[in-house]
Amino acid sequence: MSGAAAKKVTAGGRRAAAKPAATGKARKATPKVVRLTAADMAEKQREISVSEFFTKNRHLLGFDSPAKALLTTVKEAVDNALDACEEAGILPDLLLEIQEVSETRYRVAVQDNGPGIVKAQVPKIFGQLLYGSKFHRLRQSRGQQGIGISAAAMYGQLTTGRPITVVSKPGPKKPAHRFDIQIDTRRNTPVVVADHEVEWIPEHGTRLELEIEATYKKGRHSVDGYIEQTAIANPHASLTYVDPKGERSEYPRVAHELPKPPQEIKPHPHGVELGILLKMLHDTKAKNLRGFLTGEFSRVSPAAADEIAKTAMLPPTYAPHKAARDQAESLYKAIQATKLMAPPSNVLSPIGEELLLEGLRKQVDAKFFAATSRSPAVYRGNPFCVEAALAYGGEGMPGDELITMLRFANRVPLLYQQSACAVTKSVVQTNWKAYGLQQSRGALPTGPIVLMVHIASVWVPFTSESKESVASYPEIMKEIKLALQDVGRKLGIFIRRGIREADEEKKRSYIEKYIPHIGIALQEILKISDKERDKVCATLKTTLERSRT
Amino acid sequence: MSDKLVPKIKKEAKAVEDQILKKKKPTMKFPVRSLANVRYVEKAGYFEIRGMKKERTLTVNTVKTFAQTLRMMSLSKTLVETDDIATKREAYYVSKNWGDARFLEQTESDTVMDDVEALFEVNREQMGFAPEEKGGDVSGALVVVDKDPDTGKKIRIDCTQFGSGAYSIPISVEHLQFETKAKFILVIETAGMFQRLVKHGYWKKANCILVSMGGVPTRACRRFIRRLADDMKIPVYVFVDGDPYGISNIYRTFKVGSGNAAHINEFFCVPQARFLGITPQDILDYKLPTHPLKEVDVKRAKDAIKNDPFFKHHKSWAKAMEHLVSMGVRAEQQALAAHGLNYVIDEYLPQKIAHPERFLP
Repeated sequence: MSGAAAKKVTAGGRRAAAKPAATGKARKATPKVVRLTAADMAEKQREISVSEFFTKNRHLLGFDSPAKALLTTVKEAVDNALDACEEAGILPDLLLEIQEVSETRYRVAVQDNGPGIVKAQVPKIFGQLLYGSKFHRLRQSRGQQGIGISAAAMYGQLTTGRPITVVSKPGPKKPAHRFDIQIDTRRNTPVVVADHEVEWIPEHGTRLELEIEATYKKGRHSVDGYIEQTAIANPHASLTYVDPKGERSEYPRVAHELPKPPQEIKPHPHGVELGILLKMLHDTKAKNLRGFLTGEFSRVSPAAADEIAKTAMLPPTYAPHKAARDQAESLYKAIQATKLMAPPSNVLSPIGEELLLEGLRKQVDAKFFAATSRSPAVYRGNPFCVEAALAYGGEGMPGDELITMLRFANRVPLLYQQSACAVTKSVVQTNWKAYGLQQSRGALPTGPIVLMVHIASVWVPFTSESKESVASYPEIMKEIKLALQDVGRKLGIFIRRGIREADEEKKRSYIEKYIPHIGIALQEILKISDKERDKVCATLKTTLERSRT
Repeated sequence: MSDKLVPKIKKEAKAVEDQILKKKKPTMKFPVRSLANVRYVEKAGYFEIRGMKKERTLTVNTVKTFAQTLRMMSLSKTLVETDDIATKREAYYVSKNWGDARFLEQTESDTVMDDVEALFEVNREQMGFAPEEKGGDVSGALVVVDKDPDTGKKIRIDCTQFGSGAYSIPISVEHLQFETKAKFILVIETAGMFQRLVKHGYWKKANCILVSMGGVPTRACRRFIRRLADDMKIPVYVFVDGDPYGISNIYRTFKVGSGNAAHINEFFCVPQARFLGITPQDILDYKLPTHPLKEVDVKRAKDAIKNDPFFKHHKSWAKAMEHLVSMGVRAEQQALAAHGLNYVIDEYLPQKIAHPERFLP
């Protein structure tokens, strides 16, 4: 209705605008339209701070509803804590507490045993958007942009007026500091409201607390589901979760070794866009083109650099910062035209088949488990790796409903925007009927299944900043499908074995049920003795059991 | 009859037992019950069964049907030996004592019964099984001689003495005798048309016997008319709706039998029957009000022309059927009422009866 009304208004408006041009009489009726000069406009043009942008567009970052805001806040804090522990080589011990302040207000506290944060960095990390260690490098990590936790802090500040509280202790012999930080939203800078040294028992770690406007819900798309799934994808972490009702859930550690640390890589030339290339050319410290190409990118040997320069018709000694748009563009084309080695792929840290199974077993009670971990592949110059695991046929898993799908990117559960995700699309496009499941056209398969798909990459291409679904690059879809087919085949073997066993069972019961009646009928017609009848039945039974049909 | 059937059942059962004891999977051979397994023999006048048989081997998948077939044979043997009968419905209920081998629906027991019937090439009445259905109504110049079930004394039933009612054909007609001076038997599809002809005493005017089939004629009805026509040597004229169902299902089954009961057509057909109407040509000649042919009608007609041995044999019938399809319409018996309620008695039937040589075969 509102759509139709809007259309009418637009149409009417257009008509009104068109009329004056047609009749002189109507022209007099237009003085209301004030034409602005460039100077007028310039007065109104000013820088938009990131924080202001966020205030208006908080849905982009996952704060669109109070329920989602709670999840996003928890998620950002937990992701950061896990990243910090792993980078420091510490097996993570996490504590998450959510307290209900009022029905629409909650206090979230996340505490880790990580390396702590240097005193000077704390305000910027929590009080400035787009500040962080992760945006400027290519390395598999949970966080990518440096928006997350400061955005949560800002959301809390906007909705409750309360600053974020951070307690951090970098080592056993160093003092713990407690900060209350607010954000100057116009200038995107932190304002430290309070800073004290405090007594803190743990040897090292960080605890942050923030109060936000939120609502708490149970279920798979809530904090509860997020923590449960985080436990599945992070078997090396120990999680403790105290929910708003005061109930304490423990997710003990299953794997006692840290995953192989992911390595940082330089961008691969084939994954770089023209704008980025221009920026890199201007920012580089390299003195010449050869040095730039070999130094700033991975997989560019001096020979390859010379070849690129030759194709771009620039000397290898060309000074990078002199490059204008034209040079950059010919360089860009030359890069695309040059064959280069694929980026190094051993830099990723997949979960691995064994731990996938362990993680799933811990959370799901099922009859059959299968997992697969594909070798790394490349999209747009970024190495990535797909893993899949499934649990089949457990108590309480309905067999006549669509399967339950768990999506993960760099070990982080993705809870929203399932249908827009490359994972979902790949599951739908896979033919599950071949593996003994039911599946309607264009839908997820049906069956008592929990299916888990994990994508690890130095840069996971999300469809939006709220990091809820993975973009559908053909290379990624292809790898997901191959992984699904792999676990599907394993499942198919199990299901078919079950069907075969059921057939055998049916055959046995058929024989048991109906052979006596053949005996009875023959006895009635031929007046044979009970002994003869039993012999007929016994012989027939052996004959049928021996045959396979 | 029973002295023939019991040894047959015993022989079949013995063969099954022998195969089992030889550690083989026993088999039974059943005649195929379909139009594909019949041949139209004009001289004999009915669909004759061809030799096609399907072999049923006892396997895990067939063990249930096999057990049911044997138990049905046993039941039949008991019925024949004790001179009793069971209706098809009763036989279905008897199976409820068979534990796991019981039938869940009567259609299942009917199918097994038809199989056993075909296996021994007898009709189910001979096996002690009786149909539920009623045979048909008779009115007109006929005396049926029956026996009192208790005393065995002869009873003479005068079919002119039923007033506005009618004599009902019994399930078994083999023992009946007839007395008549009628000139022909008029067999009618619908009870409504039968009522009209009885009420206005058409059989008196035309000196005939009227029989109402009420749709596809039962076996008893067919057998009754066959015996009557054979014994009394009188012609049989059939008066049905002018549509593919009236022609290919009712009339064809009445005259030459069906594919499903191929093994007993010999007894349950009326080869001397001729088709009075309503013919496709009648629709034009008598300017009858029509209804369009439904999709199933067209399918049935085309199927008959293509696959039914009767229509393949009689070119005049194939032509008539094609004519009907090309007109795309059908006409019911009662459509004659459009020219006046008694037009059928005063005009249509007399005009038709005057020229039996024009009837379709």
